[in-house]
Amino acid sequence: MTTPATELNSIIGAELDSDADQFLTFILGEEEYGVDILRVQEIKGWDSVTPIPNTPEYIKGVINLRGTIVPIVDLRQRFNMPEIEYGPITVVIVLKIECADRDRIMGIVVDGVSDVYDVPPEEMKDAPDFGSVVDTEFVRGLATVSEKMIIILDIDHLLSGRELQATDKLSD
Amino acid sequence: MEQFHQTFFEESFEGLDIMENELLNLDVGNADNESINTIFRSAHSIKGGSGTFGFTAIAEFTHVAETLLDEMRDGIRQVDQASVDLLLKSVDVMRDMLTVYKEGGDMDADNIAAVQKELEDMLGAESTGSASTNSSDTVDGTASTGWEISFRPHIEMLRTGNDPVRMIKALAELGEINVVADINELPSFADLNPEDSFISWDITLTGDINKDDVVEVFDWVEDECDLDIKAISSNNDVTPDESASVATTAAATETTTTAAATTKQTTAKKGAGEAASIRVGIDKVDEIINLVGELVITQSMLGQIGSEIGSDEDHNSSRMEKLLEGLAQLERNTREIQESVMRIRMLPISFVFSRVPRLVHDLSNQLNKKVELVTLGEGTELDKTVMEKIGDPMVHLVRNALDHGIETPEQRIAAGKPETGTLTLNAYHKGGSIVIELSDDGAGINKERVLKKARANGLVGENESLPDDAINDLIFHPGLSTAETLSDVSGRGVGMDVVRKNIKSLGGSVRVDSVEGKGAIFTIQLPLTLAILDGQLVRVAEETFVVPLVSIIESIQVKSENLNAIAGKADLYKLRDEYIPVIRADHIFGMNNSCSSLNDRLMVVVEGDGKKAGIIVDDLLAQQQVVIKSLETNYQRVDGLSGATILGDGTVALILDIPGMIDMYKEKGAPVPPPEGSDSDIADEAA
Repeated sequence: MTTPATELNSIIGAELDSDADQFLTFILGEEEYGVDILRVQEIKGWDSVTPIPNTPEYIKGVINLRGTIVPIVDLRQRFNMPEIEYGPITVVIVLKIECADRDRIMGIVVDGVSDVYDVPPEEMKDAPDFGSVVDTEFVRGLATVSEKMIIILDIDHLLSGRELQATDKLSD
Repeated sequence: MEQFHQTFFEESFEGLDIMENELLNLDVGNADNESINTIFRSAHSIKGGSGTFGFTAIAEFTHVAETLLDEMRDGIRQVDQASVDLLLKSVDVMRDMLTVYKEGGDMDADNIAAVQKELEDMLGAESTGSASTNSSDTVDGTASTGWEISFRPHIEMLRTGNDPVRMIKALAELGEINVVADINELPSFADLNPEDSFISWDITLTGDINKDDVVEVFDWVEDECDLDIKAISSNNDVTPDESASVATTAAATETTTTAAATTKQTTAKKGAGEAASIRVGIDKVDEIINLVGELVITQSMLGQIGSEIGSDEDHNSSRMEKLLEGLAQLERNTREIQESVMRIRMLPISFVFSRVPRLVHDLSNQLNKKVELVTLGEGTELDKTVMEKIGDPMVHLVRNALDHGIETPEQRIAAGKPETGTLTLNAYHKGGSIVIELSDDGAGINKERVLKKARANGLVGENESLPDDAINDLIFHPGLSTAETLSDVSGRGVGMDVVRKNIKSLGGSVRVDSVEGKGAIFTIQLPLTLAILDGQLVRVAEETFVVPLVSIIESIQVKSENLNAIAGKADLYKLRDEYIPVIRADHIFGMNNSCSSLNDRLMVVVEGDGKKAGIIVDDLLAQQQVVIKSLETNYQRVDGLSGATILGDGTVALILDIPGMIDMYKEKGAPVPPPEGSDSDIADEAA
């Protein structure tokens, strides 16, 4: 039995699936990555940043987000991917990172945002271990949506304390 | 419930502070009834609140202390030094218990029991007249076969939300009850105001009931009714309570007023009364400060656009004028809002000073010294954050003054000084800073001893002679303690350097002036707030940085004839008769800079941690007040930077940490210039 409402929902792809997590995906080179949509604070166009001296290359600098100083990380550089010119569709995704002691706000620079997908937990696959070829530490899992592979990132791990301590070592 | 807890804790801690202050101010032997009432009220509301929220340990303990206070209030107990000391001790215990309830952890049950025992002993000891049934309020209390209760509410009792029916029901739960209502006072129905209370009750309660339980029922209304509780089985008509009172009065009159006051507090005229206040979370205030900061930025942006358009001739001039007028008004209003908002965070220094009387009281007892404390300028305001951090250094300086500064009464008399030493705390504003002076009329700093110790530690060469100031300054050096005997008060030699470090970390300074035999003055200078800073904007390569104005001595243009190099690496600049290291901001921050010759460049001469240095910059821009934002909120601490700020155009500028930069320079030496910067004159001179 299909009520008109659920029918409509299934047409527009917005059926209420309480189990599925929603992910915002973005493009980095040829790949599509996803982050938990509940962590996304806002998406904004790339604007100039104030560089912070003696920090790793991938920390582009800080911006003023309505009175808050927010650091910006270039995800291509973070993943050692070739750099590209920032263009009109280059965006900054502002994320809330949950650290051990408190929440932080950080921005990541990506090539462009793509879509929002529902991914039920059972469709999330563990990332295979590539050994030393690719560091899968920051990958929460892999999901397949309409034949495409999406790499779901563990942003807390990627942008939190341990990472920042690594930058400490560099600046010392 | 949680938010009520928070309020309860805040109010209770405040109440404890009030109790402590009033206790210290009590004139022993001739106590002011109003003060005792204030203390009693504080204790009473803590007891009531903790009972309501189920913090029974506090309620029970406070109850005993309250009984003692009650006896003082009723004049049946003399206010003597011993009882004041005991009450102070009780305040500490209550504070500890509250802290445990608030933050978790284990209670020091032994200590609580010990102090409670002391209180009970005091309550018991002086009321020996009535044998063992000394007081109705000790824990075991007096049991009886029943009680006759005469309960006559005052006319306004109902308006406070107290319902006699509920109380009678509560009594009925204790035992068999017989209630007779007295309705003689009841007016005719036409005259009856339903909000007034006219009925009185005579209640007979039978059963093996503790008096405490009966009294507890009427706990909230004892000020709003006439209450008489009598034991039924009592042989004599007087309750044990009253007979105790009689005995105590007798005992009290015997003890003549003892002038045991070793500590007296003289408070200079307090600032104009306590203003009405509301309790607001600091995060809300900070949010407003942030938003107002945003407003200031928006306003300055609008102002800029306005003046640009205004210079354009084509526009309708009369409407344009109005717009510019409006913008000017906006600017004024914004500035005023910003100032008032910043003031919200400002609190009078009395919050710090109020910790001192207790400390002086305890320490002077412990050290057998007589000290009078004088506090001045208690209304001087400073930022809450600064206040929180200045407390501990202050406490340490007070300890130090009492331990090392002020001599024992015998020594003082021998030196021809009054027996009682004076410790003066004074606070006042000076420019954009607050100055706190802590002076004592004690022995001052024994320069010979400091110097001897410094020589022994190798801090000062054997034959090196130092000016007096420099010797006094040595006491801030780590590991120098000249106290002949180490006491647990101070003298471990870890204090003064920590004091200086803490004050430095707030962007302040501390120095000492001393005259041997006459006393010492410690002067602390602190910025009024940590939230804003007067800054000099400078350009280094393409970036704008903020140099705190307080650390700038002067700005000069580099003359090549004054430049010297050591080992072809470190640059030194001859500034009049001293040599200062030259720090290249672009090198230290690893920035590429096309301009690499030092000649004719601008150098900002700065001082940090007592060390001077010259920082090479590319341009000096405006001077302005900036709102300090932490980099740590969302990122982490960065060496050489103390924070960031948002400039008028909405971009972020980093604030330089001058002492940090000097340290970086020392650690790294002069960093090698990046490969792009080829023809530096370092290389030239090395060649």
